[in-house]
Amino acid sequence: MALIDIEPREIRAQMMDDLQRALKKPTDKRHWAMVIDLGKCIGCTACTTACVAENHLPPGVVYRPVTETEDGKYPNVRKSFLPRPCMQCDKPPCVKVCPASATWKRSDGIVEIDYQKCIGCRYCVTACPYSARTFDKGFFYSDGTPYIPQYEQLPSFEYGKEWPRKNRESSPVGNARKCTYCLHRLEKGMLPACVTTCLGDATYFGDANDPQSLVAQLLGSPRLKRLKSEEGTKPTTAYLV
Amino acid sequence: MKRNIKGLIWVLAVIGFGVGLYGMYLRFSTGHRLTNYGSYIPWGLWVAAYIYFIGLSAGSFLLSTLVYVARIEKLEKIGKLALFTAFACLVAALISIWLDIGHEFRVYRVLFHPNFESMMSWMGILYSSYFLVILIELWFAMRVDLIATAGTGKGGSAFLAKVLSFGSNDVSKEAKTRDARVLRVLGVIGVPLAIAFHGGVGALFGVVGARPHWHSGLTPIAFLVGALASGGALFAVATYLWGGYEDKDQLDDVMRFLGKVVLALVLFDFLLEISEILVGLYPGIPAESMPLKALLTGPHWYVFWIVHFLLGVVLPSFLLFKWAVPAGPSGRRAGGAVAVACLLVVVTFLAVRLNIVIPAQINPEIAGLQTAFTGPGLQYTYLPSAMEWLVSVWVTSFSVLLFLIGEKLLPIAGTENSEVAE
Repeated sequence: MALIDIEPREIRAQMMDDLQRALKKPTDKRHWAMVIDLGKCIGCTACTTACVAENHLPPGVVYRPVTETEDGKYPNVRKSFLPRPCMQCDKPPCVKVCPASATWKRSDGIVEIDYQKCIGCRYCVTACPYSARTFDKGFFYSDGTPYIPQYEQLPSFEYGKEWPRKNRESSPVGNARKCTYCLHRLEKGMLPACVTTCLGDATYFGDANDPQSLVAQLLGSPRLKRLKSEEGTKPTTAYLV
Repeated sequence: MKRNIKGLIWVLAVIGFGVGLYGMYLRFSTGHRLTNYGSYIPWGLWVAAYIYFIGLSAGSFLLSTLVYVARIEKLEKIGKLALFTAFACLVAALISIWLDIGHEFRVYRVLFHPNFESMMSWMGILYSSYFLVILIELWFAMRVDLIATAGTGKGGSAFLAKVLSFGSNDVSKEAKTRDARVLRVLGVIGVPLAIAFHGGVGALFGVVGARPHWHSGLTPIAFLVGALASGGALFAVATYLWGGYEDKDQLDDVMRFLGKVVLALVLFDFLLEISEILVGLYPGIPAESMPLKALLTGPHWYVFWIVHFLLGVVLPSFLLFKWAVPAGPSGRRAGGAVAVACLLVVVTFLAVRLNIVIPAQINPEIAGLQTAFTGPGLQYTYLPSAMEWLVSVWVTSFSVLLFLIGEKLLPIAGTENSEVAE
């Protein structure tokens, strides 16, 4: 594969160029996609942490955990890591089951939740085969301490809106939540937080509809796999294994 | 004896209501933070309680149609009782599921912004229709008695009857014939409706492809059979205590009939369960067999083996075979034994519902997810918290009290059902 020749610096630069090109197109002409190279993932969970920080995720809510599995017998032991953002399925089971029409597949490929419409029934949480949705019960990290510091009340900017955490009742508390591919960052011309922080440049991001983009090229790789493709969910997030 | 039992139920319901209030206080002051369900096991006790109560309601309602549609003479007297039992259980089910959602006050969205691809949206529509059918049916079934009570009765009963009769005072033969016709039509509408909504709840689970423990064509059928078994059993218990039969032979006869129906349904339901378990275990596909193994030999094995199998299938079947199956008056009273057997079926059926809801969710959908990130609600083990139990105790007590008070004030039992007798 030609990609082996790409220098890390070039990867970032190319993804930024891809992003700017995509943003010039109308929304419905883009199809955001993520490709994660498992051969390059070192399991540092910098992406998980960056995601928590970027989206001000409270305890119990996680958008991009990295699973760790160990195979083989000493001394032939192998560790493998799997970062698991939302798959942004083209046929999302979570959307189909929502009783309140509060979640849908956007024309740019991202599965969106409207926090003001979600009733918190968690049917989507049970229906997702990847456990990509979590339920915000209204915890703060400072629970059990005398007061809730201001930094815990700062708004997250998911879906380009402001979601301050002033109390334990208002959305997104009581809602299902999930990875948005950092849509709010994309629209400001920035890559998702997990992509910018990935130490090993293992996470690629861009517009799958643009044949010149890095992700579009990677999507043609013979190493490409999609998680649980047998479920018929047609995930947008893909892996190089 | 019966008076004592009724008194005991009153006492238990009042205590449960009082103690459960603390759970309700916690639910509204701390939201979902004291519950043990969360992100990886999103549905817990309250969802199980919801399908438990909705099953009791559907089963009881379907049996009431035996009176108003099939016109089984033996049961004429207890049609209203079946309807009112179904109503009280429906209320408990709706409160259970309402308390389970994250934004209780947005529940209207299910009705006003439905997604017709979602089984849960259909539930909203079907429950609303069912609620209306049950209320209208109850009103027509009680109309003549309400008018009578309003005229002759005293105190709260008469006042309530006057209000609830909505000014209707026609007790002519034509009016009664019309009532019977209306009841029959509503019953006929009610049968497919009850099958649709309870089969629908089964489908709500059955369509979730991500959970092999639910994803089966048998799920909606098992829900229906379970509803008939548990709802029928509840109806039998209610008949024994509140059926208003003066003639003990007649009561024994009705109880034996209901006992046989319940016995057949309990055994058929168990057959469906065995089929699901054996077929699911055989190929050893982890996603399918893990929930079943957890159910049979996991840390909470006793829910299946002791509560469900021993107390909910073996013991009631034994009692029903002994007391309900032998024909005719045997010199001994069968009613009490049948009622005890049915009570066992009703109470232990919550175990069946829990064993549907919980084991399906204990499997990490991606290997290693259980340790990848920690936090409240990110576990794959579940036992309801004290607060969850308290809330369910309150909901149960509330609906029992609703039933007891309704039974006291409204002409539900003990009066001849003139609508059917005509």
